[in-house]
Amino acid sequence: MGSHVITLDPQVPPGPLEMKWDRRRFSGHLVSPANKRRIKIIVVGTGLAGASAASTLGQLGYQVECFCFHDSPRRAHSIAAQGGINAAKNYQDDGDSVARLFYDTIKGGDFRSREANVYRLAQISTQIIDQCVALGVPFAREYGGQLANRSFGGVQVSRTFYCRGQTGQQLLLGAYSALCWQIERGQVTMRPRTEMLDVIVVDGHARGIVVRDLVTGRLSAHTAHAVVLATGGYSNVYYLSTNASGCNVTATYRAWKQGAAFANPSFTQIHPTAIPPVGVHQAKLTLMSESLRNDGRLWVPVSPSDRRPPNEIPPSERDYFLERRYPRFGNLVPRDVASRAVKAICDEGRGVGPGGQGVYLDFSDVIRQQGIDVVRERYGNLFEMYERITGENAYEVPMRIYPAPHYTMGGLWVDYNLMSTIPGLFVIGEANFADHGANRLGASSLMQGLADGYFILPYTIGHYLATVHSPPIPEDHRASRAALERVEVRLKKLVQAKGRQRTAASFHRALGKILWDYCGMSRCAAGLRRALEAIPSLREEFWRDVVVPGSGEAFNQELEYAGRVADFLEFAELMCHDALHREESCGAHFREEYQTEEGEPRRDDEQFAYVAAWEYREGETPVLHKEPLNFEFVQPTARSYQ
Amino acid sequence: MKFTLRIWRQRGPNERGGFVTYPVDDVSSDMSFLEMLDALNQRLIVAGEDPVAFEHDCREGICGSCSLVIDGVPHGPDRGVTTCQLYMRRFVDGATITIEPWRAKAFPIIKDLVVDRRALDRIMQAGGYISVNTGGAVDANTLLIGKEEAETAMDAASCIGCGACVAACKNASAMLFVAAKVSHLALLPQGKPERTRRVMAMVRAMEREGFGSCGNQYECEAVCPKQISVRFIALLNREYLRASLTETRLSTRSDSSHGESY
Ligand SMILES: Cc1cc2nc3c(=O)[nH]c(=O)nc-3n(C[C@H](O)[C@H](O)[C@H](O)COP(=O)(O)OP(=O)(O)OC[C@H]3O[C@@H](n4cnc5c(N)ncnc54)[C@H](O)[C@@H]3O)c2cc1C
Ligand code: FES
Repeated sequence: MGSHVITLDPQVPPGPLEMKWDRRRFSGHLVSPANKRRIKIIVVGTGLAGASAASTLGQLGYQVECFCFHDSPRRAHSIAAQGGINAAKNYQDDGDSVARLFYDTIKGGDFRSREANVYRLAQISTQIIDQCVALGVPFAREYGGQLANRSFGGVQVSRTFYCRGQTGQQLLLGAYSALCWQIERGQVTMRPRTEMLDVIVVDGHARGIVVRDLVTGRLSAHTAHAVVLATGGYSNVYYLSTNASGCNVTATYRAWKQGAAFANPSFTQIHPTAIPPVGVHQAKLTLMSESLRNDGRLWVPVSPSDRRPPNEIPPSERDYFLERRYPRFGNLVPRDVASRAVKAICDEGRGVGPGGQGVYLDFSDVIRQQGIDVVRERYGNLFEMYERITGENAYEVPMRIYPAPHYTMGGLWVDYNLMSTIPGLFVIGEANFADHGANRLGASSLMQGLADGYFILPYTIGHYLATVHSPPIPEDHRASRAALERVEVRLKKLVQAKGRQRTAASFHRALGKILWDYCGMSRCAAGLRRALEAIPSLREEFWRDVVVPGSGEAFNQELEYAGRVADFLEFAELMCHDALHREESCGAHFREEYQTEEGEPRRDDEQFAYVAAWEYREGETPVLHKEPLNFEFVQPTARSYQ
Repeated sequence: MKFTLRIWRQRGPNERGGFVTYPVDDVSSDMSFLEMLDALNQRLIVAGEDPVAFEHDCREGICGSCSLVIDGVPHGPDRGVTTCQLYMRRFVDGATITIEPWRAKAFPIIKDLVVDRRALDRIMQAGGYISVNTGGAVDANTLLIGKEEAETAMDAASCIGCGACVAACKNASAMLFVAAKVSHLALLPQGKPERTRRVMAMVRAMEREGFGSCGNQYECEAVCPKQISVRFIALLNREYLRASLTETRLSTRSDSSHGESY
């Protein structure tokens, strides 16, 4: 890392909330069309954020070089999003507005996000839907031809747009098609099956990346005038999660080591409704969409010793625990609240199914009241998926569900312009920390990714490029060579023959268990300290014993994977430091020491109304920097869903 | 459960490949097909052998990464699912299972069960888009689209781009893929202005990439994990015919419908 000193200037424009984004756009400098042609921008990632950014930048006339580790840009993890995307269109005329979407998101995030960013997100949300329709996204429609909406947890209006259970797929195919157009026009050079392994920083500015060609194994340096990371989230640090198997922290973690502050790394969302794990062979957890909680009721037997099949347990001997604890929102409380309630029940020994890891999600009432056909029409594909995986028919017996790591609110710190603490390094989508505070509401990540990529970054990066002097640098610049060497050394170490033989997956599984136990749905100081002791010794063992067959000079999936696990093994420590220092409970971060008598989280605005941004120091504990959160427009209140 | 796996191993694109037999036991019926391969690979790695390369990512049937021919059938014996959605309880204990990569001239093998499917991306780049700039769109409800139309477009748009249709076809044709893509946009009003150019460009790209022609055998529909219907191939043929006529008419004038040359 260079001599770079971290300062956290959020760069929020002054003035009324509604005017901030307009003002920024007006005051920003523009790059002339002739100059754009001479400017090269690197975009890493082709999910919703990366594909929308790369295509828009290409269309504006920049030269874009775009990378992803997948074999095709269309396979980014965004493809798997099911439920939908929010927008304050108020097409249902049910009282929605930009202000309400803003408020719901700020409150949903438990007052740990930046007001100006969230407001801008709500403003832009409406344009996203227009843009996607123009690109041919086949959103669900009403008979009259207008767009249809559904509801999601944590809100009381119907503002979610969807394409059956495949919203992420359709939005990504839209952005991918826009990208295809720019590739065809020669504005974007696409490099699939290429993994970014380091950032090149010259005179304090991000000027390129080091990548590995995953087919040939060849390493190379690529330079540019600015670098955009759109590399997604890191829920896979827990080993088992709802994410795709390739999701990782490598890109953002390596940028952290070069000087980009990492914000709120411990803010990780555990989704309440996934299919429970069944054995050690398990490779992933499958999400059952949040929309199921519109009609399904969560319960467990009142008595822990009750081993009867669910259908034989009479209603009076069932505990509908969400309805009991949160009468106002019932089964539709936000994710963090629902997940904790499920965990509390299972910790009491009242869980159902193998290992007591599960609660029932029961549709028998709605089937009785509205008929099986209604349920089949609404959720047929999910019931099928459930049956395929568990072998059980959820029309006849209740589903069993259990929480699973799902989304990471934490990410690289960015200012209002989406620039990290390394000038010229921009971060968009799930990879940044920006808009969701300590908890994300359903259907708002797709919204954020596309807002960042289509509408925000293309403006703010222009201002940076227009105001910075970036002399051309050769690809073999000293900084490039240094970065290449860092990467090479690490890869060599991974493929070296080892004493005892243990696979990367077995280390990953062990790490996941530590984090799930101590830095998962609930955390306490003693547990986090235990994790901080256990992780370094696991890491040491990893470097001593991990076995990676083959060489670095060829297609080698195990080497790719081992490299990601090595980064997780370092990054996990940062998560635990962050969770340990935050002595309050907020959103998804629940510290057992800070709760009310009823077991509800106790937030501490006096001391912790800030973004925790961590700086890397070689061989030392990470250093904490704070960005205070000033709430000018909404007053933080206790976040009650009772 | 116990199985005997016959797996295609091939070190690289230009090497000779062949089947290698691996016994696996201790398989639980709750395992997915890919989890069984994971377990085999863990064993091979510890033994210092090269693990079997295969593609996977989402493991829930949507990303289109996984791509195995299982006992001769792309994505295995069940209809309407991808390889990653296949569970071992579906197989008979003790069976021998043959696992091969997608085989097609347009999909060269990279290693073992991993093939290069970039040809599909190049077809999309040739014309599989609507060329609208970011920021210029009108309000989304200005355009009314009937529920039926939207649903049919969505049926076509469900394609996950896995390439099973190509792998199942004797001629290694990509007709179902191209049909799904062309139909999705042709069925929507937004896609109409460029329909002529789009279908011509995509069909030409398909031919250029070395995919074969459609033999009307419909194996593609049978293996498609999203059960995309061959009626979209009929729609593609109509679009193509219409475009050929339009193109002939236009070429007698000086400009094309798209305002740019092909
Ligand atoms: C099962 C599931 C369902 C979901 N449903 C919803 C929903 O209904 N609504 C909603 O709003 N959100 C949902 N989410 C969350 C949402 O899908 C994600 O947060 C979002 O899609 C992330 O988009 P992204 O563009 O930031 O990153 P991704 O889509 O994850 O893309 C990351 C990209 O970066 C590339 N990449 C990563 N690292 C490297 C590297 N080192 N080198 C090169 N390339 C790299 C990858 O190849 C990929 O192209 C869901 C998530 C899951 C897991
Ligand atoms: S792994 Fe994504 S479809 Fe099978």
